[in-house]
Amino acid sequence: MNDLLVAGGIGVAFGCALECAGLGDPPKLAGQFYLRDFTVLKVMLSAMLTAMLGAFWGGRLGMFDSAAFYVPDTYLLPQLLGGLVFGLGFVLSGLCPGTSCVALASGRVEGAATMLGLFAGVLLVGMAFPAIEPFYRSTPYGPLTLQRLTGLPYGVMVALVTVVAVSALTWIAKRETGP
Amino acid sequence: MRTRRPYAEPHLTGVCLGLLLLACFALTGQGLGASGAFASVASGVVGTVSPEAAAHSAYFRSYLQDGSPWTAWIVVEIIGVLIGASASAALAGRTRLTSVHAIRPSAGKLFAGVAGGTLMGIGAALARGCTSGLALSGGAMLSVGAWIFMAALFLAGFLAAPFVRRLWP
Repeated sequence: MNDLLVAGGIGVAFGCALECAGLGDPPKLAGQFYLRDFTVLKVMLSAMLTAMLGAFWGGRLGMFDSAAFYVPDTYLLPQLLGGLVFGLGFVLSGLCPGTSCVALASGRVEGAATMLGLFAGVLLVGMAFPAIEPFYRSTPYGPLTLQRLTGLPYGVMVALVTVVAVSALTWIAKRETGP
Repeated sequence: MRTRRPYAEPHLTGVCLGLLLLACFALTGQGLGASGAFASVASGVVGTVSPEAAAHSAYFRSYLQDGSPWTAWIVVEIIGVLIGASASAALAGRTRLTSVHAIRPSAGKLFAGVAGGTLMGIGAALARGCTSGLALSGGAMLSVGAWIFMAALFLAGFLAAPFVRRLWP
């Protein structure tokens, strides 16, 4: 019960944050793929940087055990193909699964259309699962991280990603102010 | 007439979202998610309508094995998202009832929404997560699969964008 209260509370804050950033607005999200509106990248990179640095430093300072945080398993080919199919769907609907709920909640019927499609998509995969299961389970690498892949220390990998992400955000800011 | 407040500064909102993700990790050990809620509810529907079909698919079974699929953690989280987003939009005067106003989207656009949703449902199921659960949460934990998914997603999005330009004038 307590777990579900936490789930609901986190969900409320998540929905609020996405709506405040304007991520329930399909033309705004699709605008990212036409380099007209960089809100998607700005929010995603800032959020990822904050959580990555927080997990690293919080763990180092003993605030929590970040080694116990869930790292998704890597399945190279299913995640590569899944990402390509997902990206195509993203630019078609101008929404992703989380933001489709935000769109519906802010009164946009497009959100409901996308949510309907999402149900259909997972249903199709579930129905066809016996046929696609070998591919689904192919190329497994377990909870592989960038630091384990490269052999670099965790702190160095965090620093590298920080440099790349901050450079990308700076490039976006420069591009927007114009020459 | 209530005034419509502009959207918040994206970097600042991103930092708040990152702190929320960190709190979620510290409290529950896992990150945020979205597509899993659709998979859980779909599995619940199939399990109710046709238990044989659900038993036949390891995908549906994985969502039906521990507890009710209707009250899974991620389903409750997504109900929270719906509540939080509607409250935030209403308080800021940003709710747009596109179903009743003249700004209603065309049938073609709604069809694109359903088609896009279907593709994303398939993609997220194959990848075991979406922009929230895999790209953002897994990306922050430096998961290789999360970064592959993110790169593939933006690559496909940018490559497909010129072909669907009519949708986004």
